[in-house]
Amino acid sequence: MEDIGLWGVPLAILGGAIRVSTPFIFVSLGEAVTERSGRINLGLEGTLVFGAMAAYAVAVETGSPWFGVLAAMAAGAGFGLVHGWICSFPRVNDIAVGIALMLFGIGLAFFFGKPYIQPSAPPLPAIGFGDWSDIPQVRAALNVNVLFLFGAALALALWWGFKNTKIGLIVRVVGDSADSARAMGLSPTTVRLFATAFGGALAAIGGAYLSLYYPGSWNERISSGQGLMAVALVIFARWNPIGCFAAAMLFGGAGALGPALQSVGVTQGYYLFYAAPYILTLLIMIATSSPGRQLAGAPGELSITK
Amino acid sequence: MADVTATDVAAPLAPPKLSGAIAFAARRAEGLVIPLAALIAGMAAFSLFLLALGKSPTQFFELMWRGGFGSWFSLQNALLRATPLLFAALCVALPARLGLTVIGGEGAIVLGGVAAAAFGHWLSGLPAPMVILAMGLAAMAAGGLWIGAVGALRHYRAVNETISSLLMAYIAIALMNQLVEGPLRDPASLNKPSTHPLAEAYRIGPIPGMDVHWGLVVGILACVACWVLIDKTRWGFAARVAGGNVRAAQIQGLSVGPLIVGFCALAGAFAGLAGMFEVAAVQGTANASLAIGYGYTGILVAFLARQNPLGCIPVAFLLGGIAAAGGLIQRRMGLPDATILVLQGMLFITVLMSETLYGRFKIFNPDRWKRAA
Repeated sequence: MEDIGLWGVPLAILGGAIRVSTPFIFVSLGEAVTERSGRINLGLEGTLVFGAMAAYAVAVETGSPWFGVLAAMAAGAGFGLVHGWICSFPRVNDIAVGIALMLFGIGLAFFFGKPYIQPSAPPLPAIGFGDWSDIPQVRAALNVNVLFLFGAALALALWWGFKNTKIGLIVRVVGDSADSARAMGLSPTTVRLFATAFGGALAAIGGAYLSLYYPGSWNERISSGQGLMAVALVIFARWNPIGCFAAAMLFGGAGALGPALQSVGVTQGYYLFYAAPYILTLLIMIATSSPGRQLAGAPGELSITK
Repeated sequence: MADVTATDVAAPLAPPKLSGAIAFAARRAEGLVIPLAALIAGMAAFSLFLLALGKSPTQFFELMWRGGFGSWFSLQNALLRATPLLFAALCVALPARLGLTVIGGEGAIVLGGVAAAAFGHWLSGLPAPMVILAMGLAAMAAGGLWIGAVGALRHYRAVNETISSLLMAYIAIALMNQLVEGPLRDPASLNKPSTHPLAEAYRIGPIPGMDVHWGLVVGILACVACWVLIDKTRWGFAARVAGGNVRAAQIQGLSVGPLIVGFCALAGAFAGLAGMFEVAAVQGTANASLAIGYGYTGILVAFLARQNPLGCIPVAFLLGGIAAAGGLIQRRMGLPDATILVLQGMLFITVLMSETLYGRFKIFNPDRWKRAA
């Protein structure tokens, strides 16, 4: 094994960005669809944690990680339906409902997840794109999980779908003006219900990735706010799926900074590096928001940017 | 003579006064009946959840009563747990008057606790009242800066306060870990890195005759003071105007910016006090135990109280009692500790759903009685 010295840092950040970004990709793509329909679901943090638990539990019981992912998707869609249903009542605030579902989802995940902290589940498979190399750091960095590839493909598909399909158009119309949508004979409530359910299912895949691949175990500290950061990330990405993917990679890299520096012996300020993604999110929000004008590309019906 | 005039004036006015009182009571009853109905609905939903798991709801609520309210011992436990919730709820309720949803009180609690512990250590040797006062001020300053910044970002940069406050809470917890593991660490704390333990003289003691510390009294006073601030002062009035419509408030010549930053800073200062009392009266040192979710339960308290500071007092007591019964329920019924979180989540959801009921019932709206008659 040769020593690659400081080259290890960018390599570890690249590998880390690929590993850490996957949950961000799924949650932000899901939230992008929900927000494009004119509703915001802040509860995806709870959906993510519950998805992580459900995926892990089902993977332990059935022996197949893919059944785990499917179960997480079903559960996530269920949370999305509940959010969409509650928000369909008049004068119910979607942001507050999101907060409630975040706390409820986390509580429910801890409740049912207790017996699954000990057993180990089969992990999701990864593809070794770096196997040509003899350097273990290269092999580790380029060991890419299949869900990451799915996420990348999904970002492209959603980007294309928003522009070119009827469903994409319907979601955008409902998100930009509920009145125009009604005039076209569409029901904004129904469209938002399905958009929120879709977003919940994707967010739960992000959770499944956490518990079944990286870090690859279920415990009560599995998520550190990825579900929430992803919501901020969607605003930064201007509701564009390709932008969501790029922003998720950036966040993943920021999240990998602490462990990468630690691997070459920098241990000072470990916890502050751990906070890097949060600080980055906050700085990005400060830089991209501005008083007195609508954000470019914001869905007109979205409560958070009004 | 004075008596005669008084009855003379009162007599013709008596009937309208009475119906006025009934109308007033009816209007007020809406804000009491609907949240209570939402609470009952939430508990009913939770009962179904327990039944689905093959557990007995009656046993659950009986244990909840016994563990949280039924005896002097459990009552004190409930009050002890209600104390940080009072402050945490104010951290949500004050900005809510301006139309802001701030949910990052946890960060202000944590930083308030660390600031209090740091000052308690640095100033050791000085007289106790001075040190305790300094600890309180430091905690309020830390929390106030943290949430005040959220308000400033909201007003001057249009950064969404819900997301930014929660991000700031994560940053605050990372900052606490850094400080507690690094510059503020007591070398004697091995397993659980903590700050230097507070000298016994600087600990805040119990209220005479109780096991509950003085934070409870301060918390209740803070709620009353916030109610006065919002309902009885011109700042509170200005905040309510700005909460209704920022543009209208600006046209009226209100300086909305300082109002938002001020209310948020005050909200954060109260949350900081929660951390100070946890350190000075309960734990004696600042460590990761500060971040155990008081800030999040405080959100539920504020929403249940419909953002009314006086309403926060009974609601905090209720949720404190539920939390106090958690251990008993866990042991007797073999349920995980997250059971209380599930119950809280269900209550939160039913309370939010009940928002849709306001204004729907004629009985609460005297203006519509006449039309019907």
